[in-house]
Amino acid sequence: MAKSYYDPADLRKFGKITEWSEELGNKFFDYYGKVFEEGALSAREKSLIALAVSHVVKCPYCIDAYTKDGLQRGITKEEMMEAVHAGAAIESGATLVHGVQMMNKYDKLSM
Amino acid sequence: MAQSILTDLKKAAKKSLKAQKDALANAQMQLEILNGELFEDGELPYFKDKIAETNQFPLRPKTLEVLQINVGYMCNQVCGHCHVDAGPDRKEIMTRETMQQCLDVIRNTGAHTLDLTGGAPEMNPDFRWFVEEASKAGIKDFIVRSNLTIILANKKYQDLPEFFKKHNVHVVSSMPHYTRGKTDKQRGDGVFDKSIKALQMLNKVGYGMPDSDLRLDLVYNPSGAFLPADQAAMEHDFKKALKEDFDIDFHNLFAITNLPISRFLDYLIASDNYEDYMYSLVEAYNPAAVESVMCTNTISVSWDGWLYDCDFNQMLDLKVASKVKHIKDYNDDVLNNRDIVISQHCYGCTAGAGSSCQGTVA
Repeated sequence: MAKSYYDPADLRKFGKITEWSEELGNKFFDYYGKVFEEGALSAREKSLIALAVSHVVKCPYCIDAYTKDGLQRGITKEEMMEAVHAGAAIESGATLVHGVQMMNKYDKLSM
Repeated sequence: MAQSILTDLKKAAKKSLKAQKDALANAQMQLEILNGELFEDGELPYFKDKIAETNQFPLRPKTLEVLQINVGYMCNQVCGHCHVDAGPDRKEIMTRETMQQCLDVIRNTGAHTLDLTGGAPEMNPDFRWFVEEASKAGIKDFIVRSNLTIILANKKYQDLPEFFKKHNVHVVSSMPHYTRGKTDKQRGDGVFDKSIKALQMLNKVGYGMPDSDLRLDLVYNPSGAFLPADQAAMEHDFKKALKEDFDIDFHNLFAITNLPISRFLDYLIASDNYEDYMYSLVEAYNPAAVESVMCTNTISVSWDGWLYDCDFNQMLDLKVASKVKHIKDYNDDVLNNRDIVISQHCYGCTAGAGSSCQGTVA
């Protein structure tokens, strides 16, 4: 077994998941490919969204993949970092908005 | 670790690999790496086997369309990705005698495009004479690959835009990015500002303007271990940024993939990106690109008159597999009856939408 949970070389093997469940694997990759095509949003915009989400879900494979994808598309490092902050702001906001729940509970339990 | 190696690379980047007596300056050494364990162990398929899957082996030439002449490896820049290993310390320069042999071929060839490259071709002392003579041959498209900064490198080059105009030269210039940081990182400090100024000078004499016949195209190479994105999308971004920020016009953008040879190979190995990069190239392999890969319509001539299937093979010292190997013996029919010499660097020209000196091919 690998000595680490994450091996960068595993990213190249992503397509192999299809070998153990061909139908579901193929459906996923068809869907995945379709999602990132040019649409109402440009492929460039979707690449930045993917980069932000990669950070929020803390997926090292996705971060490698979408940093490279951004470089290939000519996306600047400033744009990439702003996207990461957008993701981080939502993530921290999601934590902080629960503060209202805490406040509600506190108030309810207090005389 | 990688960072310190990169710092060393940057320090050394004032000299060519050859001047540094680096082992990778040797073509044989590069070929050994390209044929090395990644392919030997069957982890990735040899290019030969890959194209055989679609019955495209051996690769054969079609009609000759482009004669590409490398007039010397001397250059005023030492770019980190250069496949020629060009630089101020390179002394390989085409003589007038070899130029004369080229002219004899240019006058008789059926090729519609003449493509001068280097190094900085303008640094060859006989460059202007050669352009004047060649332009009389009535070639349809006469390209000079200019690195732009040469125009500002010395007073004697400042009239180049006028000189190009006078001989109706099609200028193709490298411009790795429309932002300063990325350009200077790949090509050296100050290259971006000089390139912008040179483009403005070319625009001023009419090059690159929307309705102008004076063609000005830009070449984009990725500044790192990644492949170029969609050429049309990049062209759109370049046009918008260069127009808005610097009021610069140009015609087309050619997106060219960096091939894993010479200084770019050195960078890939030193930064521990070689394996990943080769995987990226093989994964992006596109059989449709093989159909129109540039070696099928191009002959490359080196500074000393030897013939190659492309400028990359020239740097790997892989001469054409033909009885005719030198410009002095040039013969269209004999040359057309050859198999094209390939190795694993060829994956660079077949990745994605394909890559050639004229941009994407598929």
